[in-house]
Amino acid sequence: MATEILMPALSPTMEEGTLAKWLVKEGDTIQSGDILAEIETDKATMEFEAVDEGIMGKILIADGSEGVKVNTPIAVMIEEGESADDISSAAPAPSEAASAPVEAPVDTPAPARVAAQPITPVIPAEADIPAGTEMRQTTVREALRDAMAEEMRRDDTVFLMGEEVAEYQGAYKVSQGLLDEFGAKRVIDTPITEHGFTGLASGAAMAGLKPIVEFMTFNFAMQAIDHIINTAAKTRYMSGGQMSCPIVFRGANGAASRVGAQHSQDYAAWYAQIPGLHVAMPYSAADAKGLLKSAIRDQNPVVFLENELIYGTSFDVPVMDDYIVPFGKARIWREGTDVTIVSFGIGMKYALEAADELAKEGVSAEVIDLRTLRPLDYDTVIQSVMKTNRCVTVEEGWPVASIGNHLSATIMERAFDYLDAPVINLTGKDVPMPYAANLEKLALVTTKEVIDAVKAVTYR
Amino acid sequence: MAARKSAKKSNTSKEDLLTFYREMLLIRRFEEKSGQLYGMGLIGGFCHLYIGQEAVVVGLEAAAIEGDKRVTSYRDHGHMLACGMDPKGVMAELTGREGGYSRGKGGSMHMFSTEKHFYGGHGIVGAQVPIGTGLAFADKYLENGGVTFAYFGDGAANQGQVYESFNMASLWELPVIYVIENNQYAMGTSLQRASSTPEIYTRGEAFGIKGEAVDGMDVMAVRDAGLRATEYCRSGKGPYILEMKTYRYRGHSMSDPAKYRTREEVQKVREERDAIEHVRELLLQGKHASEEELKAIDKEIKAVVNDAAEFSKVSPEPALEELWTDIYA
Repeated sequence: MATEILMPALSPTMEEGTLAKWLVKEGDTIQSGDILAEIETDKATMEFEAVDEGIMGKILIADGSEGVKVNTPIAVMIEEGESADDISSAAPAPSEAASAPVEAPVDTPAPARVAAQPITPVIPAEADIPAGTEMRQTTVREALRDAMAEEMRRDDTVFLMGEEVAEYQGAYKVSQGLLDEFGAKRVIDTPITEHGFTGLASGAAMAGLKPIVEFMTFNFAMQAIDHIINTAAKTRYMSGGQMSCPIVFRGANGAASRVGAQHSQDYAAWYAQIPGLHVAMPYSAADAKGLLKSAIRDQNPVVFLENELIYGTSFDVPVMDDYIVPFGKARIWREGTDVTIVSFGIGMKYALEAADELAKEGVSAEVIDLRTLRPLDYDTVIQSVMKTNRCVTVEEGWPVASIGNHLSATIMERAFDYLDAPVINLTGKDVPMPYAANLEKLALVTTKEVIDAVKAVTYR
Repeated sequence: MAARKSAKKSNTSKEDLLTFYREMLLIRRFEEKSGQLYGMGLIGGFCHLYIGQEAVVVGLEAAAIEGDKRVTSYRDHGHMLACGMDPKGVMAELTGREGGYSRGKGGSMHMFSTEKHFYGGHGIVGAQVPIGTGLAFADKYLENGGVTFAYFGDGAANQGQVYESFNMASLWELPVIYVIENNQYAMGTSLQRASSTPEIYTRGEAFGIKGEAVDGMDVMAVRDAGLRATEYCRSGKGPYILEMKTYRYRGHSMSDPAKYRTREEVQKVREERDAIEHVRELLLQGKHASEEELKAIDKEIKAVVNDAAEFSKVSPEPALEELWTDIYA
């Protein structure tokens, strides 16, 4: 019986990929375990192995096809004596790579929490982008890489170090191409030794270099947090201003998808508490680029929190020689009059989706992206709340001592008389991240929760 | 002071011996004064004295050249004096005054000097080891020929980050000298109660790092080992380990009940191995200096230390605005 081979999901977050190359041709006899094809995602190129034995009957998707959705039939395998044309009777077989789980059945789609389509802000033009500037659709991943490359061209003392940043081209492909351009002296693969290389890079920064330390994810920075806080953040103060530690700690932060408790947490509020650190958490590609360039030029240590789920999302990025986004300046994505929604990082996705939905129901939401948490642009938030008189904060981190809590206190102190409803802080639930798909969904903040919270503060 | 059992003959020049004597004595008198000021309530918090270990930093500084870097733990006063930092600025930092190296905001454990390439003064046991490795990384990156001395104790030698550093330093051939100041007690826990091996210098072997044990109470032996190590590092061969067998006469900090060792043990080291007494005998035996000349040096050092103490008392406390400065560049 003919069997369809489906486009495999090679990582928990993969939705589509490129069928880079077939390694078998029609008519070939296939053994289980043979490499059928090379599949490229935005993160990596992987080999796709045959699960069953048989004969390659028909290749449905040609070499080099891009944007092939997961679970699309890409070929048909037949048994001895069968015809390659016997496609109509083909039964779908689970597509499976050795290292990848089977994609979820069609009736319970894997939670796709990130819009694949480009996001364009409904906002007034930014003051720092000249009118008429060309915009180019760029993924967050490319924007981060471009920022590093531009700064490395500009300053020889800037270098990148971390696990798999060089030859592997980045565990999440953020550093793609940097080794080729800058060489092994400046793009350095480290052993798996976070505590050690974070201390080492901090020492190098104290001696005049400008390290960019990539943590594969910020979960692993827990091994190194002593040097981030006790070394990098305190050097300037403890030395009476003699020495600084100009260093960037960057990497994926927050929940990815189905990776469980130890790999899914948002450190925004943790690092935002530390005097001596700057903390940035961009949402859009333009901000990722502009803020990372600022971070690299900063004479202070910067914790730069990225998100795996938005690495592949495209946004407009201004085509400029030197696009810089300053720290401490929030961005109003959307102006509104009825409620202020304040968020940052991936929380912005829910905030913006909610604002779209609410607009259909006649609620005008102002959506503010904090962009940096330290320094934090209190004034923009306060001014907005004075206008709308209501506020909802949205973040992925845990509820206790959250950024939302801090903003609520600030709003209470500075704009108490303007409030028409208590501020609502939306956060991730107060639980370690579960693995099960339904529970994970429940643990995260959602667009619906934002909509409901806005309705609550606007008494609708 | 009681005589040493044996004063080794030395081929060290008169000038070098006098310099060693002067520098070690400065550290000892400075630390004695610190102890006094602590007792008077002028120095607060933790205060870790270096008395007994003076030969280590003085000997190694004799092997350093301009531009070399150093980083150490919280027992750092001796390192700062040995690399030429001003005793007034160090003492005023101990008393938390404006005239201190960190303008009173660092304290005993956290002091720095860009001018003297002294990178702290670190309060977290072992943290200075990867930091020192990073200083060496910068030297190699900038190709400036510098070498870094990363000092840590026998206690810190059990921290995991030390071995993470060894691995990277060896892998990348970084010009760093790991100086293990084995004073035999990690706070109150003796080496044999904390270490699976008595020879800490062998702990680099797994990483291919050359190491040697040195009599850290003999300033000439320390200097010679320092010269071997700096030559090795400067020639691009990678890191080097020096385990200095030394001894701290005072407690771990000022609030140490000293129940973990006997008075006799301390007394024996003072009588038989004291580094300053050793050099003093060599000076006298070699007729390089008379008792009177040495007394004159003692007096001179005492004056330097008294000046530092006086400065540390009259220098004002930092202005209240200082609370909010130097957090960000």
